Amino acid sequence: MSDNVLLRLATYFAPLSFLTIGGGQSIIADMHRETVNVYGWFSDQQFLEIFALSRMAPGPGTLIVTMIGWKVAGWLGAIVASLAIFVPSSLLVYGLAKLWGHYRGAPWQKAIEMGLAPIAAGMVLATSFTLLEASNGGILAWIVAGAATLVLTVTKLNPLLLLVAGAAIFAGVQLA
Amino acid sequence: MDQQADAPRPASAVLEPAPVRYLDIFIAFTRIALVSLGGGLSGWMMREFVENRKWLDEREFLTGLALAQAFPGVNVVNISIWVGYRLRGGPGALIAALGIIVPPAFVAIAALTLFDQLARYQIVATLMAGAAAAAVGLSLSMGIKAVRLSATHVIPVLVILAMVVSLFVLKWPLLPVIIVMAPLSIGLSFWRLRNEGKKP
Repeated sequence: MSDNVLLRLATYFAPLSFLTIGGGQSIIADMHRETVNVYGWFSDQQFLEIFALSRMAPGPGTLIVTMIGWKVAGWLGAIVASLAIFVPSSLLVYGLAKLWGHYRGAPWQKAIEMGLAPIAAGMVLATSFTLLEASNGGILAWIVAGAATLVLTVTKLNPLLLLVAGAAIFAGVQLA
Repeated sequence: MDQQADAPRPASAVLEPAPVRYLDIFIAFTRIALVSLGGGLSGWMMREFVENRKWLDEREFLTGLALAQAFPGVNVVNISIWVGYRLRGGPGALIAALGIIVPPAFVAIAALTLFDQLARYQIVATLMAGAAAAAVGLSLSMGIKAVRLSATHVIPVLVILAMVVSLFVLKWPLLPVIIVMAPLSIGLSFWRLRNEGKKP
């Protein structure tokens, strides 16, 4: 656990913070290249395992960075890597939120809100479709997602129940 | 947990609720982070903050979401900071970000140590895939609500269509699409607002 490794974690992930756009998928390829080929911290297989786990674990997928830090340099590594990936971009958004709050109610804000609402709507829809297309559940995934959508739109059911139901349906179909 | 029927709020009153407690902010974000297996965190947030707790309205949330996606950083963390700031300023933003990052970080590290045990079972992957499919429903239902809210005119409808076609059908990268579409859509909104102002 040398300072050198911590320094590398910090200097590698901090600039990456600004390159994370969207769900953090955009930086996975680069992380793979750096940690496997450049620094030699992991084998290909090890990286894939960490990646798969980061998809499964709750919370933001970008916690893969925390996992990498932990693998490489223990708790200190996890902390340094997390701070490096999350703090810089967070400060930027914080500034934006502050600015926004300062001018609350200004007419241009109304126009921006009005203009951004359909942008957000389109993004959310496109993301959902892309996720379904990429999932390896095939037609069953579309059915489960469609049913979940319906239930969530018309009821106030706790979504957690639906996640459990989705998992059970998949398991049932596989065992059948 | 279950609030009784929502008390109707006078529509004209300025919405200035009592400040949300820091602890409530932390717990709400942590809960979302920990139950959001298979993704769909922003769907959870909208359901929890807008519909259940009524901490902010749909439009405010969607604006934050669009800005969170367009700005550098992880969407989920960005939108947490946005909502946290909106609720309690700087400390609120910090607490929201910590809530969404720190507890799941411990889970992620625990998952690393458990990996060998978990990976042996195919059933784990199957269960996760099922939960993930249902999680898409969360995101889709949010998309439907967002469409309902914003599709009030032919222009936003066209914007939504253009977004879906370019991102999903054509698979164009998000950032350039937003860079072109957001100013366009905002500009059109300006124009609409001004026109509406002219002819009463």
